[in-house]
Amino acid sequence: MASVTNNFMKFFRSSATDAKAPANQSVAAQRLTRRSSALVEVSRSLQSEEPLCVLDIGYTSAGNIRYLTERGHKVYSEDLLEAATDPELMTQDEQGNPVLDSKRFLSENLAYSSAQFDIVLCWNLADYLDEGLVKPVVGRLWSMMKPGGILLAFFHTREAGPDAPCYRYHMVNADTLEMQAVEPRRHMRKGPTGAKHTAIGTGFRLQRVFNNRHVETLFRDFSSIKFFLTRDNIREVLVVR
Amino acid sequence: MDTSKTQELAHIGKSVIIKGELSGSEDLFIDGQVEGSIRLDGNNLTIGPNGQVKADVAAKNIMVEGKIEGAIHSGDRIELRKSAIATGDIVTKRIAIEEGAFFKGKLDVQRGEAGSGGS
Repeated sequence: MASVTNNFMKFFRSSATDAKAPANQSVAAQRLTRRSSALVEVSRSLQSEEPLCVLDIGYTSAGNIRYLTERGHKVYSEDLLEAATDPELMTQDEQGNPVLDSKRFLSENLAYSSAQFDIVLCWNLADYLDEGLVKPVVGRLWSMMKPGGILLAFFHTREAGPDAPCYRYHMVNADTLEMQAVEPRRHMRKGPTGAKHTAIGTGFRLQRVFNNRHVETLFRDFSSIKFFLTRDNIREVLVVR
Repeated sequence: MDTSKTQELAHIGKSVIIKGELSGSEDLFIDGQVEGSIRLDGNNLTIGPNGQVKADVAAKNIMVEGKIEGAIHSGDRIELRKSAIATGDIVTKRIAIEEGAFFKGKLDVQRGEAGSGGS
């Protein structure tokens, strides 16, 4: 899987770090609305009268917490993108190149018992997460999810371009999301020394583009995967454990 | 322990560091560092913008502007302001989270009298 990831990392690796910051800082305050077919399917599960365990690994969203708790579900929240900017994760590979310590990352994050979650809201994490963490995180998510549990993820198409802003997603209703550009917290902006993945400046940068085959490979241990094509250069993916 | 009583409100200043068990029957404002446990049954706890708490906390209403790490149990309401960094499991009846607040952990909003809220 690492080799696959390496192959398509080249799409945006160089341009991502060289990209200029968005000119308009106020973009973070703007909220765009989009309809989500995959969310419709997630919402069907959320109608369950039994309280579900839902893990949201995007930027902390008060709206999502409210939406889910109002329906009686238990919410677990972790911002993995921010967690990946911890400078203490930096280490070196055998060639002396700076890399993130995925074992340490998983010892400090996603520390849950197996088969715990009914729903995982992954949002666009995989597109912005450091290359070395993507596969280990997906593997951990698989083990944390109940059989039949569902995972919602978004992936940019290549047409989105390397400057595609990293959005946080707020659930508005059963089929609608609000998108708000992520503005990294002040202490995150420093980033790990020398790491190319970091949130330096005004926002996270797209790290790579997954095509359908890459997505299928990434989630190959899951039982099924469904793609939803949209008009805004994002593929919505619903994966069943 | 450098706590002073100010209008029914105990205040732990930002230069104060406490390790141990804190309990009381009045409201408490923490702007310093506390490590251990805090129990204020029926009273309110405020963690100020400079506050850094590593403790299991129980109080009626809890407002966080600073940093807290530990299990948080509120008898009524928890408010995470935009500068809040909260790590740990939360049990409460109502919660309000400002945009910008950071939360890592489990949130269990107990159903019954009141709903939940976020902002």
